[in-house]
Amino acid sequence: MTTTVPRPASRPRTRRAQQTAKTPSGPRRQTGRHLMLGGIALLWLVPLLWAMYTSLRPYSDTAKHGYLSWPHSIGLGNFSDAWSQSGMPHFFWNSVLITVPSVLCTLLFSAAVAFFVSRFDFRWNIVLLMLFTAGNLLPAQVLITPLYRLYLLIPLPEWMSDSLLLYNSAWGIIAIHIAYQSGFCTFVLSNYMKTIPKEISEAALVDGAPVWRQFFQIILPLCRPAFAALATLESIWIYNDFFWPLALIESGDKRPVTSALANLQGAYFTNPNLIAAGSLMTAIPTLLVYFALQRQFISGLTIGSGKG
Amino acid sequence: MSSAPTTPPAPQGARPRRLGTGDRIFLTVIIGIPLAALLFFVWLPALASLGLSFTTWDGVDLADIHWIGLDNYKEIFTNYPPFWPAVRHNVIWLLFTALLPTPFGIFLAYQLDRKIRFTRIYQTAVFLPMVLSLAVVGFIWEIIYNPDTGLLNGILSATGSSHHIDWLGNSDLNLWAVLVASSWRHTGYIMILYLAGLKGFDPALKEAAALDGANGRQTFLRVVFPALKPVNVIILVITVMESLRSFDVVYVLGGGVGSKPGMELLSLLITDNIIGESSHIGYGSALAVVLLVVSLAAIGTFLVQNFRKEDQ
Repeated sequence: MTTTVPRPASRPRTRRAQQTAKTPSGPRRQTGRHLMLGGIALLWLVPLLWAMYTSLRPYSDTAKHGYLSWPHSIGLGNFSDAWSQSGMPHFFWNSVLITVPSVLCTLLFSAAVAFFVSRFDFRWNIVLLMLFTAGNLLPAQVLITPLYRLYLLIPLPEWMSDSLLLYNSAWGIIAIHIAYQSGFCTFVLSNYMKTIPKEISEAALVDGAPVWRQFFQIILPLCRPAFAALATLESIWIYNDFFWPLALIESGDKRPVTSALANLQGAYFTNPNLIAAGSLMTAIPTLLVYFALQRQFISGLTIGSGKG
Repeated sequence: MSSAPTTPPAPQGARPRRLGTGDRIFLTVIIGIPLAALLFFVWLPALASLGLSFTTWDGVDLADIHWIGLDNYKEIFTNYPPFWPAVRHNVIWLLFTALLPTPFGIFLAYQLDRKIRFTRIYQTAVFLPMVLSLAVVGFIWEIIYNPDTGLLNGILSATGSSHHIDWLGNSDLNLWAVLVASSWRHTGYIMILYLAGLKGFDPALKEAAALDGANGRQTFLRVVFPALKPVNVIILVITVMESLRSFDVVYVLGGGVGSKPGMELLSLLITDNIIGESSHIGYGSALAVVLLVVSLAAIGTFLVQNFRKEDQ
């Protein structure tokens, strides 16, 4: 990485003052920092830009002129090839089928647990909350051996899975996502619900509103910002997950698109242009969600970690 | 960062008694279902890993599970060649991540946490890899490292070097190549977390330090960094957890066939032992327990950091 980093300017306070006062020396003294930060930003984009460049060139062009060369033709051919040849639409659909129910159910479950532990003073609440939080911190590989065997033992009716087992079925992936991700969401949501004044629940209780109405009609609507943040974050995380389907779905055609990339790797390892196109295409939904909901994504990432 | 006033739980002894039967049923259901899912899908397998690590089992018939005590551990410690390299690589991974991308992310956050132009563009560029899945990160870097078609060797040969380096095949190099790819993603994560922490930092403290004649580095090391202890702990925990969990990038860059010489990691050895025909359930579980024991330190730190206040 860049070791020739210019020394950070020494007096932030005076410089900020200068900048606001628009003194002539202000912009000049920022140049060094902009050069450094711009250089780093560019360096960080190089891998992505390179993948994009590779994906836009036909294989014949790169085979003839090498990869580090000026393009002789540019086009979306690799994208349409990856789309049609390797069954990307099917894998995208698998991803949707796994991601949407997982996110919705995770949010509902964790909202329920967070409501339970943060709005009532039951004795074991802290233990419960720790159990959920710690569950999400366990490395997935610690669970995988018994989980794999467990999935092979649990039968499913035929209308749910043609493997007749939890193994090799989308249901199994959804189940582990819900159980595993609930920990993180419960942690975030319980912190959020604690900030809602207790008096609101008490007033509802005095009015004779049953607890379920408190939950659905008072607390859940108040948590909308936290739901927006978590839904964005979890959608990207679950969509991006590679490990669970890799271990728990044997047949390639049932895997979601992120794990199905491994098929692409096996089938087209001699054609980097196609792999670049496939990888970028897989990344497009996450990038769109990120750019559309940047604020939610980042606040989801930081509210979970920033405070106690 | 929303400043959350943590309301101390007021003593309300009368509360549970005021709940009617319907309320109790509702509460039991909403805690019962998620708890059952958590226990069954997460904690049961975690404990089963522990139990199975003391047994030998071919994974087919439950009646074939035999208790063998510590034999699996003896075997992997003394007679399982990839084990110690994997431990060494996990330690290298942790140290590398803790010493390079993590401080670099903090440095970038500190640089970007001021009113300068283009700060959002810089932030987005560095943070972008974090939005990509680790698998996609793996494929993107494969296109760079490929010995014949990759960018890196292309640049090397264009500058006249005759070296033909197999970045991912050479067992002395490939771990470092993978670490660069993983750092590319990790830096932005740390930067964003730290930026959020810095936003909650009282600027008056910084100004006071500047008035006292502290330069930028002194202000950061003596004033800002110590004041952000909670964020530092979280970042430490995240760095440790991510280092222990790392799987996807290595798996993809290793060619998608399990562990490869030079890139063995505990997480990959575990999956080596469950997927495939020659499954050694006991081995895999014992490896999982080693990973679990190491991660418990990080999990404990996280829980203490976050629940100490509430316990009082």
